[in-house]
Amino acid sequence: MTDNGTYNYKVVRQFAVMTIVWGLVGMLVGLIIAAQLAWPVLNFDIPYLTFGRLRPLHTNAVIFAFGGSALFASSYYIVQRTCHARLCSDRIAAFTFWGWQLIIVSAAITFPLGITQSKEYAELIWPIDLLITVVWVAYAYVFFGTIVKRKIKHIYVANWFFAAFILTIAVLHIVNNLAIPTSLLHSYSAYAGVQDAMVQWWYGHNAVGFFLTAGFLGMMYYFVPKLAGRPVYSYRLSIVHFWALTFTYIWAGPHHLHYTALPDWAQSLGMVMSIILLAPSWGGMINGIMTLSGAWHKLRTDPVLRMMIVSLSFYGMSTFEGPMMAIKTVNALSHYTDWTIGHVHSGALGWVAFISLGCMYYMIPRLYGRAIYSIKLIEVHFWISTIGIVLYIVSMWVAGIMQGLMWRAVNDDGTLTYSFVESVEAMHPFYIIRFLGGLLFFLGTLVMAYNIWKTVAGSEPATAAIPEPVGAH
Amino acid sequence: MADFTSGFWTWFISLTTIVSILGVLIFLLKCSKRDPDEDPNNVKTMGHVWDGDLEEYNNPLPTWWFYWFILTIVWAAVYLIFYPGLGSYAGVLGWTQVNQLEDEMQVAEEKYGPIYQQYLNTDIAELVKDDAALKVGERIYASYCTTCHGSDARGGRGFPNLRDNDWLYGGEPENIKTTLLNGRQGAMPAWGEMLSTEQIFSLTSYVEQLAGREVDSMIASKGGELFKTNCAMCHGAEGKGNYMFGAPNLTDDIWLYGGSQKKITETLLIGRNGKMPAHKEFLGEAKIHVLTAYIYSLSNN
Repeated sequence: MTDNGTYNYKVVRQFAVMTIVWGLVGMLVGLIIAAQLAWPVLNFDIPYLTFGRLRPLHTNAVIFAFGGSALFASSYYIVQRTCHARLCSDRIAAFTFWGWQLIIVSAAITFPLGITQSKEYAELIWPIDLLITVVWVAYAYVFFGTIVKRKIKHIYVANWFFAAFILTIAVLHIVNNLAIPTSLLHSYSAYAGVQDAMVQWWYGHNAVGFFLTAGFLGMMYYFVPKLAGRPVYSYRLSIVHFWALTFTYIWAGPHHLHYTALPDWAQSLGMVMSIILLAPSWGGMINGIMTLSGAWHKLRTDPVLRMMIVSLSFYGMSTFEGPMMAIKTVNALSHYTDWTIGHVHSGALGWVAFISLGCMYYMIPRLYGRAIYSIKLIEVHFWISTIGIVLYIVSMWVAGIMQGLMWRAVNDDGTLTYSFVESVEAMHPFYIIRFLGGLLFFLGTLVMAYNIWKTVAGSEPATAAIPEPVGAH
Repeated sequence: MADFTSGFWTWFISLTTIVSILGVLIFLLKCSKRDPDEDPNNVKTMGHVWDGDLEEYNNPLPTWWFYWFILTIVWAAVYLIFYPGLGSYAGVLGWTQVNQLEDEMQVAEEKYGPIYQQYLNTDIAELVKDDAALKVGERIYASYCTTCHGSDARGGRGFPNLRDNDWLYGGEPENIKTTLLNGRQGAMPAWGEMLSTEQIFSLTSYVEQLAGREVDSMIASKGGELFKTNCAMCHGAEGKGNYMFGAPNLTDDIWLYGGSQKKITETLLIGRNGKMPAHKEFLGEAKIHVLTAYIYSLSNN
């Protein structure tokens, strides 16, 4: 086969392009529901456009369509280049692409129709869950099959993170979605009551931990040293934080169920492990940022590297905030408020989206054999989106803490100072600021889409020969 | 799914937790050891190269980070001694979320209880003239009643308007208080199975006539016959309702489930079940006393 001497860039290209497309779609839906919260009339009394149906569409589109495509693209790119080997199967890799797109499209059809199994971040109904399982097993086969083919004995650190992400998501997805179907569109969860809640948040929290953290740390470990032109700061730090992170994350789910029917002991363990998780989370940030020592000047000239370092800073900020919010006393204030939404978005926009978009800026020109159309536009994108993130997070902090304080304020006679609807009313200005923040982030991504379009339009797909590994490894 | 009631599980949870936390600690200590011949001023790479130029230094763990990590582990261990976490071990402080709630409720009762006790000793007719008491009642209303009866107390479909002086169970202070204390269960039976479509149609017509609308008198009189045998028991011979059953007055053109011809027909066909929950256990009689005064004031001021 003539392909044997080159990397499989086709599937990487496909996923990379869809990352941008689904990113725009997911953000646009987010923008619509943010506007609906500020101006409820915008659902136009059309059931398909109501918040309850579009919200899961937004979360699934940004996490699994946008984030998922970015993970597929970057993991396929990185595993090939760091193993000096072509993907073990082009056909199965192509299957993962088309399978994943089919899953996304079926989500986009079922959610607006109100077809859901109503588990947060696992709303897709059982037939689609089965398809996800098949595609995921195929993904694992391609990834680990390529690792097996590697020409360098040592497995590069980025691949450890991708491996942990692929294995854990498989386990989480299958266990949380176990259900007894009653029809094609409906099923009952295999678990009942508080056990169902615990399984759900064990899944939900580790979707954050493994889908949105481990996988993206894998990206970071490849692209940051590449762009900095410097070796990774510390091998042993990567070992400690990898094992501590993967081991500790899996315990932390119960912090989503503080002060509920979940037994006290389980709540405590979730909280304690969330605190222990703080240092391992920061290990990744330290390793990324310190990789730059000796190359700080590049931050001034390279907006892509800057985007990645800023994303690491947001990662550090939200992984500090998370354990704090997991403390029962803090959680008693923050839970059920918009603070949670702000926290999620400092991770989702600041960390996940920025590192993904940064890595698209790196990969896409290389995948098409072109230089990026405009560095200036990357600068524009970076600044518009960064301001957008800051507006989003700050407005939600203020809104969330205000809600928490309003809900617990009491009068001299022991009655609540504010009725619930007064707290909703007080959110209005902050919901508008949040909408503007989201709008800026979306506009920044549109600038990027234009830049990428001008870069690749009319180009021929590039191929890359597989080089022999350096040194006798 | 079976519940995990066996005593084995408390050991399983405790041991797994302790071994895990110790494991993290030992692993951290092991990885923080430095080689004696390691020179911090001249850190070497690990000697592997991937993809042309990817290498790794092996810098020691940052000291501040290492101690911070240790600190969180120590904190975790201390927390698990004081608070529940290790299976059924209760923790030195004996804290539970239930006793935290009970303690807070007790403090609140001691602090605020006397205020309400004082109101309880005042007649509702007097309380209605007391602006401070009405303000307290309004706040209680805002917290507990708005979900169904609305912020403006004008109700909604299936939830009575509290400002129109039209009452299902009576509007005297003692009636309102009984409603709040014990709740109410309204039941309009479904007639769809017992009466023909034609009969339902004529009954609808009669009910509309009761409300003072222009209808075909021939059809309505047929409905009137049916009303006497089937409906008068609760709604009264003249359709003016009965507080004892919570049967609405049908002559005042005020409707709980909609007054259009279509909605009246629907009510007759499928029946209605209204439920006002009891608040005696939840709020206590003293607060309900003040709340009664507020609700009474809505249509009597």
